[in-house]
Amino acid sequence: MSDEHGPVQVRGEVLSVRRVGGYHHMALTAPGVAERTRPGQFVALAVGGPDTGLVLRRAFSIHRVSSRGVYGGTVEIVFAVAGAGTAWLAAQGAHAIVDVVGPLGKGFSLPREPGTATLVGGGYGSAPLFTLAEQLRERGCRVDFVLGAAAADRVFGALDAKRMASTVAVTTEDGSTGTRGIVTDVLSDVLDRSRSDVVYACGPMGMLRAVSAVAAHHGLPVQCAVEESMACGVGVCMTCVLPVVGDDGVTRMARSCVEGPVFRGDRVRWDDVGSIPADTYGAPAGGGAAR
Amino acid sequence: MTRFTVRTVPAPDRAEQARYDLRTVLGSFELANPVMTASGCAAAGRELNQFFDVAALGAVATKSIMVNPRSGRPTPRMAETSSGMLNSIGLQGPGIAAFLEHDLPWLAEHGATAIVSIAGSSVEEYSELARRLRSAPGVAAIEINISCPNVADRGLVFACDPDAAARVVSEVRGRSAPSVPVFAKLSPDVTDIVSIARACVSAGADGLSMINTTLGMAVDMDTMRPVLAGVTGGLSGPAVKPVAVRCIWAVHAAMPEVPIIGMGGVRSGLDALELILAGASAVAVGTAIFHDPSAPTRVLRELRDALVARGFGSVADAVGHAHRPPEPHPRPGDEDAVDDLETAGAEG
Ligand SMILES: Cc1cc2nc3c(=O)[nH]c(=O)nc-3n(C[C@H](O)[C@H](O)[C@H](O)COP(=O)(O)OP(=O)(O)OC[C@H]3O[C@@H](n4cnc5c(N)ncnc54)[C@H](O)[C@@H]3O)c2cc1C
Ligand SMILES: Cc1cc2nc3c(=O)[nH]c(=O)nc-3n(C[C@H](O)[C@H](O)[C@H](O)COP(=O)(O)O)c2cc1C
Ligand code: FES
Repeated sequence: MSDEHGPVQVRGEVLSVRRVGGYHHMALTAPGVAERTRPGQFVALAVGGPDTGLVLRRAFSIHRVSSRGVYGGTVEIVFAVAGAGTAWLAAQGAHAIVDVVGPLGKGFSLPREPGTATLVGGGYGSAPLFTLAEQLRERGCRVDFVLGAAAADRVFGALDAKRMASTVAVTTEDGSTGTRGIVTDVLSDVLDRSRSDVVYACGPMGMLRAVSAVAAHHGLPVQCAVEESMACGVGVCMTCVLPVVGDDGVTRMARSCVEGPVFRGDRVRWDDVGSIPADTYGAPAGGGAAR
Repeated sequence: MTRFTVRTVPAPDRAEQARYDLRTVLGSFELANPVMTASGCAAAGRELNQFFDVAALGAVATKSIMVNPRSGRPTPRMAETSSGMLNSIGLQGPGIAAFLEHDLPWLAEHGATAIVSIAGSSVEEYSELARRLRSAPGVAAIEINISCPNVADRGLVFACDPDAAARVVSEVRGRSAPSVPVFAKLSPDVTDIVSIARACVSAGADGLSMINTTLGMAVDMDTMRPVLAGVTGGLSGPAVKPVAVRCIWAVHAAMPEVPIIGMGGVRSGLDALELILAGASAVAVGTAIFHDPSAPTRVLRELRDALVARGFGSVADAVGHAHRPPEPHPRPGDEDAVDDLETAGAEG
């Protein structure tokens, strides 16, 4: 049964929902979740209320947690309205009840020695990076941020980043703030200037793939928090898989909800995401259609 | 978390409920209670044990295991649909050797009752799986997932052909320990499920499980292409419950003596009871686990309340109840009948 590291399922009470640029920020009570959370882990929320037709939970990176204060443990998430589930969440007011499962997955691992870390966030992908930055700073690491998005209102947390980081580079595709372009247009420069030892990234899969390539070019380790569609979020259904090379050099279809969402960027076969590479462990010889 | 309340009768006495005997009998197979996990929705129990004690369930049906390790299908593998979901996992799994080494022993150590689901692409593979399971300790029952394409028959699904289904069942039954019950899991995607059910029973199946997912498809409105990489997928969840009820009803009507494990869209105790009233002696919870990882224990609790509230003295009294002609007298659920469970049970 649930131990001090495993996830718990709790009835959360919404404390607040407010707009932050193009996103929504939600704070909710989730006793037991906050105490266990490490940066990069996520929660799975039931959406739509009792008897809903939305049968699958929605996954959100944990932005912040607080285990003290009047509410016991609280969890904060940042989300974009993408469809019915996130629209429902955005419409909840204070005191609404939301069933929370978390913390889920493996978070970022922290370096043993103090060093310099570059944190790259795409869109709401920056949400989990601020607690990571705090923990890195506590360990004596220098932190530099690169935040990218389509437009200014989709850059999340630039002010927080400025507070914590030695430098913050912002890119937008439409040039509405920061440098016009994408994160990888500026990443190399940042890595050189900061003499980075490690890269952490969270954002769309295309960005993670590009960031991993830049990190590899600089010979730096990179940890990426991926986003795959998930039915269960707890490791029982096998929907959330992607091809990942193991320590033994063998590619397996790894469950991003329990073996991830954070993977070493050099271990994910980015070009093959969405397919089963022929050399994957257990890949079909002829291709069956069992279900 | 209770999603509904049955308060047509006074709130049942808690002490009474705690004592309520939930045992259910499926032929020679006796379970402590009638609620289990559905294959493919609980892996091999470990993950769910973080949320509740899996040993407290009637049984854990494990993800269908094949002879060899299997990577499954490309992603996306799922699409949410109205009150349901489509999946096209393609039976990703570690293969029977790793299953016997890691998964089955874990279930045994944790005191769980394991129903091992097996899948193959030829009669020989099913036969090999049964042979490997024969010497394995801790197999309470075998469930044969016959919703798999038969490579020897141009990929025609075994479950859609009475002869192919019967060959698999008779092979597995023949190779398995006589004391281990064998259940055949039926697909609803057939013209006449009763004829497939009969073929399986004649071939030696000790019981039947139904339903597996029903084939469906979704098109993405942004890309205007199929959502699933595998194009089609199995539909499950509350959306399919009426299909499950219909299949269980038809098979129980034709062969009332054959034990049925019902599944399809169960997310509450009342859903479980509905399948039992149609003829199931046990009920598996699948997709609802994705919405609520503790759904199986919640369903069990709610089912017990629902049985008590309707005056059923035991699970057996409720099995197939919907087939009985309506009674002229007050139903066992009516106010007066509830106090005396024994009498009500005898009537029900
Ligand atoms: C580990 C993880 C962390 C995430 N963190 C955040 C976050 O911090 N902020 C945020 O805004 N979003 C995040 N997402 C994406 C978020 O889960 C989806 O935007 C959300 O599920 C959409 O639900 P919907 O009902 O509004 O959209 P719909 O498109 O109607 O959803 C339909 C189905 O598709 C799934 N789905 C749709 N989009 C995604 C997606 N991008 N990723 C995974 N599943 C999806 C849904 O879960 C649902 O089952 C994260 C996803 C994962 C897997
Ligand atoms: C993601 C997923 C995987 C499944 N895998 C299997 C499987 O391996 N073997 C099997 O017999 N049924 C499998 N099923 C079918 C379920 O066991 C069950 O028969 C079906 O989903 C209907 O029940 P439900 O509506 O409660 O989910 C799977 C269903 C889902 C949703
Ligand atoms: S989402 Fe179910 S296994 Fe990862």
